[in-house]
Order: sequence, then structure tokens, then C-alpha cells
Amino acid sequence: MSKIKNILLSFTALVMLSFGSAQAGTPGNTFVMAKDIADIITMDPAEVFELTTGEIIANIYDRVMMFEPEDLQTLVGGVVESWEVSSGGKTITFRMRPGLKFHSGNPVRAQDVVWSLQRVVKLNKTPAFIITQFGWTADNVDSLVQALDDNRFQITITEDFSPGLVLNALSAGVASVVDKNLVMSNEKDGDLGYEWLKSRSAGSGAFSLKTWKANEIVTLEANPDYRHGAPGMKRVILRHVSEPSSQRLLLVKGDVDMARNLTPDQIKGASGKSSIAIDNNPKGTIVYMAANAGHPILGKTEVVQALRNLVDYESMANSFLAGQFVVHQAFWPGGLWGALEDTPYKQDVEKAKSLLAAAGHADGFELTIHTLTNSPFPEIAQAVQADLAKGGIKANIVTLEGKTLWPKYRAREHDIILARWSPDYVDPHSNADAFAHNPDNRLEAKLTGVLAWRNAWADDASNMLAVKARNELDLDKRKQQYLELQTMLQKTGPFVIMFQQNEQVARHKGVVGFVSGSNFDLVFYRNVIKQ
Amino acid sequence: MDQSTPGDQQSAGPGLALPSNLLKIVGVFASLALTFIGLTAITFIIGRVMPADPVLAIVGDRASQEVYDQVFLQLGLDKPIYIQYFKYLGQLAEGDLGTSIMTAQPVADDILRFFPATLELATVATLLGIFVGIPMGVVAAVHKGRWPDHIVRVIGLIGYSAPIFWLGMVALLVFYARLDWVAGPGRLDVYYDGIVEPKTGVLMIDAAMSGEWEIFRNAFSHLVLPASILGTFALAYIARMTRSFMLDQLSQEYILTARVKGMPERNVIWGHAFRNVLVQLITIIGLTYASLLEGSVLTETVFSWPGIGQYITNSLFNNDMNAVLGGTIVVGICFVGINLLSDLLYRLVDPRVR
Repeated sequence: MSKIKNILLSFTALVMLSFGSAQAGTPGNTFVMAKDIADIITMDPAEVFELTTGEIIANIYDRVMMFEPEDLQTLVGGVVESWEVSSGGKTITFRMRPGLKFHSGNPVRAQDVVWSLQRVVKLNKTPAFIITQFGWTADNVDSLVQALDDNRFQITITEDFSPGLVLNALSAGVASVVDKNLVMSNEKDGDLGYEWLKSRSAGSGAFSLKTWKANEIVTLEANPDYRHGAPGMKRVILRHVSEPSSQRLLLVKGDVDMARNLTPDQIKGASGKSSIAIDNNPKGTIVYMAANAGHPILGKTEVVQALRNLVDYESMANSFLAGQFVVHQAFWPGGLWGALEDTPYKQDVEKAKSLLAAAGHADGFELTIHTLTNSPFPEIAQAVQADLAKGGIKANIVTLEGKTLWPKYRAREHDIILARWSPDYVDPHSNADAFAHNPDNRLEAKLTGVLAWRNAWADDASNMLAVKARNELDLDKRKQQYLELQTMLQKTGPFVIMFQQNEQVARHKGVVGFVSGSNFDLVFYRNVIKQ
Repeated sequence: MDQSTPGDQQSAGPGLALPSNLLKIVGVFASLALTFIGLTAITFIIGRVMPADPVLAIVGDRASQEVYDQVFLQLGLDKPIYIQYFKYLGQLAEGDLGTSIMTAQPVADDILRFFPATLELATVATLLGIFVGIPMGVVAAVHKGRWPDHIVRVIGLIGYSAPIFWLGMVALLVFYARLDWVAGPGRLDVYYDGIVEPKTGVLMIDAAMSGEWEIFRNAFSHLVLPASILGTFALAYIARMTRSFMLDQLSQEYILTARVKGMPERNVIWGHAFRNVLVQLITIIGLTYASLLEGSVLTETVFSWPGIGQYITNSLFNNDMNAVLGGTIVVGICFVGINLLSDLLYRLVDPRVR
């Protein structure tokens, strides 16, 4: 028995010793965030298309063109200092910034930029369309994207795209400049370093990737030689905390500096603490409903108009979505160049009923709303269900995980989808191409990446205007055309655009300088300091 | 479970002992092989017939049809399901569990990282269940209908029926946020991340092996709360079952005889009644341990504990079938291994089984 007693005593001593053993606060030179980072599946900028990795690679790689945290409205050169557009607008010659270095110490040369773009086209992963839309293919990209010397390179597009659009697209993640020599030294079986770069970094940005342990932690290390100077923090850590309540506890206790995924209730609770500040960052994500135009009833313009008039946008925005979403009714997010800020719709049941009557459905009908399982989609679906019932429409709700929902959507097997969309890059064409441009509505065309196609909707006027705006050289005219296109889609499209996201992050008051812009990859850590 | 009886052993005779043992070993391996084939086949088929699309898990919902088709072919999804399955079995035979979509790492590496975290948690929780649950169960049985029994039954009821998610959040709020007695979610404070080189994957052991006692203490501090919460469940179950088994034994005539003969009550309870419930208890403890090793998703979620339960669940949601299959195989090995271990323990504690 004395042995057992000794063991029990030792165990008790260990328990007592462990009490209060947690370090207070985070290290002074380290910025620690609690975030759900389960969406990370790759670190290769040629493949990254997830929210978390979008922002991580924005801090690791400099891109051809960039929006900088000091001015998120102005597009500037990233690794390039200047550019010249040819008279026809199809060729752009770039000049590199002098003296740039990768984290490896290798110089950043025009050849690296050219190889990085060619690599994206040749690997042809999901985000490659952002630059292959210029007419670049694996066969022609070597001749269309060329280095003139170490300091200059030239790109040529075969499509009639506005140079403004091309430059904006070159600020996307796929335009990240990768260290060619380092990556190619790890190439395996002609994979252009794909396997190697999936879990490593080879950039010239403010941070380099030190560790990525999936579903656990990402650690970034500051690049002291960054072109804007050394970042404020020596290290940035993203801790995987999927449960918002746990994020809040960690923040309040000071074990993280920022919580990124708090719910509205937790934001409200945390905002009452004197040491916590709440930042509101308008994001480009919009929440929309889409009606399948192939549906015998939902294909009628009057019916979709009736849906727009039945939804009580304000009521949702002021209740369970308060703080997290604002009413927005155009396909391009508010606050961005070319955005239509008008919100012409509010709940008008009588008008909706007369529209339904005009469409021959005065007695209403039954439909199914498919949506995602994660908040706030089920809540929005329930509110919409109640709204539609006022017009005599019986809506059944089916919630599905994204991996189950998207195949249905891409196969046009829905009545109504309630989902979200965020731009791929900061140019209205990004969303116009998805919402308003469907050049081939046939089922066999399988334009599955295009929302208009998924909803079996095509409109000649919308298609023409989308192409016209995409190709327009004059910026003011281009802006007007996008405004016109958004107004058009508010009346004729299959979409009921409802809300725009407002990201709320909670941080310790002394931690300042975190910048989160409108797009998912416009998030910057390099100016963060602890006061 | 081993269903053999002492009579079977005797009938084999001394001359046939070796072949009989060999046959048993062959039988064990054959049943293992069948278990794994069944396990992988069922998991594989479920993964393939689920409405979730494994291609979209890789390419994302915005992928063009061209990119989608490219990955569809790369994954071999154009082949009949039985060919896909045999191909997977072939890979498995070479020790290749494939690569995870979610982590971009070989599944074997992922399992080596995630499983020790669960092992650490489940082992401590089970030990708690054994060392607290068994005495509680025995005390409750001995004092049936009196206040110690009522207390144990209430604790058992709470531990067994209170949602572990809620219990975890409350424990975090009280012991971490308010009292500051233990560390919060995660396995280690960020200060210490990456300092200890993983050898076994069990942080406390690795820290002790490296002589990093500060990290050992911190890892223990992080482990206390989730292990206690999980241990509450194990404790409740083991206590309830111990009570029930003991009540059954204490009503037997041999117990009455022992008492009539004047045997001290301590010997009656621990030397006679308890010894006779050991085989049943081993089964219960084995099953509890195996189910905890399977991963306690909710506990792992609340405490941001990077264990195998979260890994398999996330993989399932993302249709990352290599990871799901790899995780399932590990869970299968745990169940079979613990079952075998239970069989061995029966022989130790019960001479009739030898």
C-alpha cells in the first residue's frame, strides 16, 4: 500500500505543480491569432484558393502587382516598379524593382516572375483561370510571357481585355513571385516543384513559412530584409482553434492577441471588456440566393422579382446578422471600385403577390432551398422561408456540407441555392464573369465555374455588356458599364443578392496594425506592433 | 474474444500443444486480416457512395470543368469501384496509406502526429476512470441504497449523460479562465512550440526524454482538463458497471459463506467478490479505452486538441478518403489490439481461462 500511496502523492504533487503554470500573455515579439485554419490544404500559390492560405501567401510572397496595407485602394507594383502598356493594349512591359531578394538570398529577377506565371498556367490548378483567361495556355505561355533581361519582362494577351483588368488580375495570388532556383532544385519528375512547395515557401514577402502543422499551427517568421523594412513582429502564429467559445476564452486570458472567428454574441460579450477592441472590416463576400432558371416556375423573371420583394433584408441585418453582414444588393461588393451601392429592394409583400399573380402563380407554389450547414446560412434560410410564406410560397430547407452542396449546384440540381461568393481578385470582372456572363448555356458546355451557367441563365444583353466592360480601355467608361450591368442584374438576373460580409475581429487593445481589406487575400500582418 | 474453455485446452493433450498454439496464432492473424479487409472495404465503399465529391475537396467549388476532369482522372475515379479498392489494397500492402488532401502530407505521417495526442489523452482519461471509477463502484455496491451509493450514482449519471461539449466549456471557464489553475486549449503554450523534437509524439514523454521539465509541466497543465473531462465519462461508465458487477457477486452464496465464517469484510469484498468481477471489468475497461482511442471529437474540438478523432472527422467532412481510411485502420488496430490484450489479461487474472 505504501507504494500506491507514493504514486498517488507524486501524482497529486504534479497536479498541484501544474496549477497556474500557463505563461501569462503572448511573447512580446510574436503576434498570435486564434483562427479556424482547417481549410488549409496547400501553400503553393499556384493552387491556393482557400481563405486562410489566401491571406497567408499574401504575407509570404510579393506579387507582380499589389495592394499595400498602407493604401488598399491603389494598385501599385509589387516586384515591379513600372510598366508600359502598348498602344493596342495587348502587350505590357514591366520593369523590376532593383535589389529585391528572396528569403533564400537569391535575387528576384524577371526570369523568376516569368517562370512563376508560366508555372501557374502549366500546372493548371483551380485558380489558374485568373490568368489563363488572357488566352495563355501551356503551349503558348512560353512565348507570350517572356523575360527580356534580368530586369524586364513582357506579357502579351491574346484576348481583348482591358489592361486595367490585366493589371488587377496580376495582383491575385496566382501572380505571386516564386524563387525559381530554389523550387526547381526540389523538382520531382517534372512537377515544377509542386509536391515540395505544397508545404513550404519560396517567396520574397514580409514573412516566410516556418512551420505548418495541419489543424494545429502555422508559424511565419519575419523577413528582416523586406523591401518595406522588417515587419513589426518577429513571428506570427495562427493557432487552430475551431471552437469560437475557446477562441474567446484564449483572447480574454491573453493567450492569443486576436480572435478571428467569434460569433456575434461573443463579439458582444468581448466588446464589454476594457482590454479588448473590436475591429470591423468590410469584406468582399456576398450572400445571395439563386433561382434555377431551368425550373418551370423559377425561370420566370416576375417570380424572381417577387422573391426579391418578399425578402426582409433589413430585419435580418438588424437582428441575427447584426454587425456581421450589411444589406447589399449588387454582385460587386460595396466600397470597391465600380460597386453599385443602391439597395432598391425591401420587403413589399403586396408587390410580390401581384408579380406572382402576373406570372400565373397567385396561389403560390412549393420549392426547396439548398444551403450550407454552417452559420449564418441555416438562420438566413429560415428567415427567408418565413418571408416567402407571406407570398404563398412554401419553401423546404435542405442544409448540406459544401462538399455535398456544390456538386448539386454544379449539376443544376437545385431549385434555389442560398450561398456566398467572394471575388477572386479586385476587379469587377471577377464577379461579372461569374454572375453576368454565360456564353454557352447548354448543359454539355459544363461551364461549372460560372454562377449564371449553374443557374441555367443566359442573357444576350448581359453577356454583351459584360464583355464590353471587360474590354473597355477607358476607366471611367468601364466603371459606368459595370454600374449599368449591376443595375441590369438587379432586375433581370436569377440572383437575389442580399448581404455583404462585415468581418469582426477581436483583439487586445495594445495590438495594433492588423490590416484586413475587402478581398480574402488582402490581409496583412507586417505592420502589427504591440504597444 | 477468446471463447476457448479450459476443457478445450485439456482435450488437445500435451503432444498436440504446439500445433494447437500455431493454429491459434494463424487463426488470430486470419481474423485480423479479415477484420481489416472488411473494415477497409466498408469504409471505402461508404466513401465512394457518399454524395460528397472527393474531386471538389481538392479543386474547390469554383474549378472549371477542365480542372475537375483532370483531377477526376488522376484519382482514378473513372475506374470501377472494385478496381479502385484493389488498387488501394495494393498500396496498403506496400505500406503506403496515400497522401491526405487536407494536410498535403502522407497519411502515415499524419497518423504518427495525431494519434499520440489522442493516445496521451485517452490513456490519462482511462487511468482516471480505473483508479477513481472502480473504488467508487465498489463503495457504491457495498453501501447499496445508502448515501455513498446515491452520490456515486448521481456522479455516474452526470458523467454519463452531461454533454461533454458543455462540460468542457464550463471546465475551461472555471479552471482556466476564472481560477487560472490550468492551461487552456491546445497541447502546449506557443512559447514552447517546436522546442522539443518529437520522438514518440506523446508530448510529456518527449519533454521528459529531452529533460525539458518546464515543457513537461506545461504539457501536463494543458492535459489535465481535457483528460479529466474525458475521464469523467470513463469514470462514470466504469463506476456504474463495477457497482452492477459487484452487486451481483455480493449476493452470491459463497460471499454469505465467507461472511458466516467470519472472514474480514475487506477480504470478502476485495479478495473474493472483486476478484470475480475482474474479467468483466477488463472487458469494460478495454472497450472504454478503445472507444476513447477512437478519438473524442467533441473534447478535441473544445480543447483544440489535435487528435485522431478531429483528424478523421475533418477528413470525412472534406471527403479526404485516404485520411479516413488510414484513421479507420488505426482505430481498427486499436480495437483488435486491446481485444487481444484483454484476452491475455483474462489468463492472468482468472486461472480457469489459462
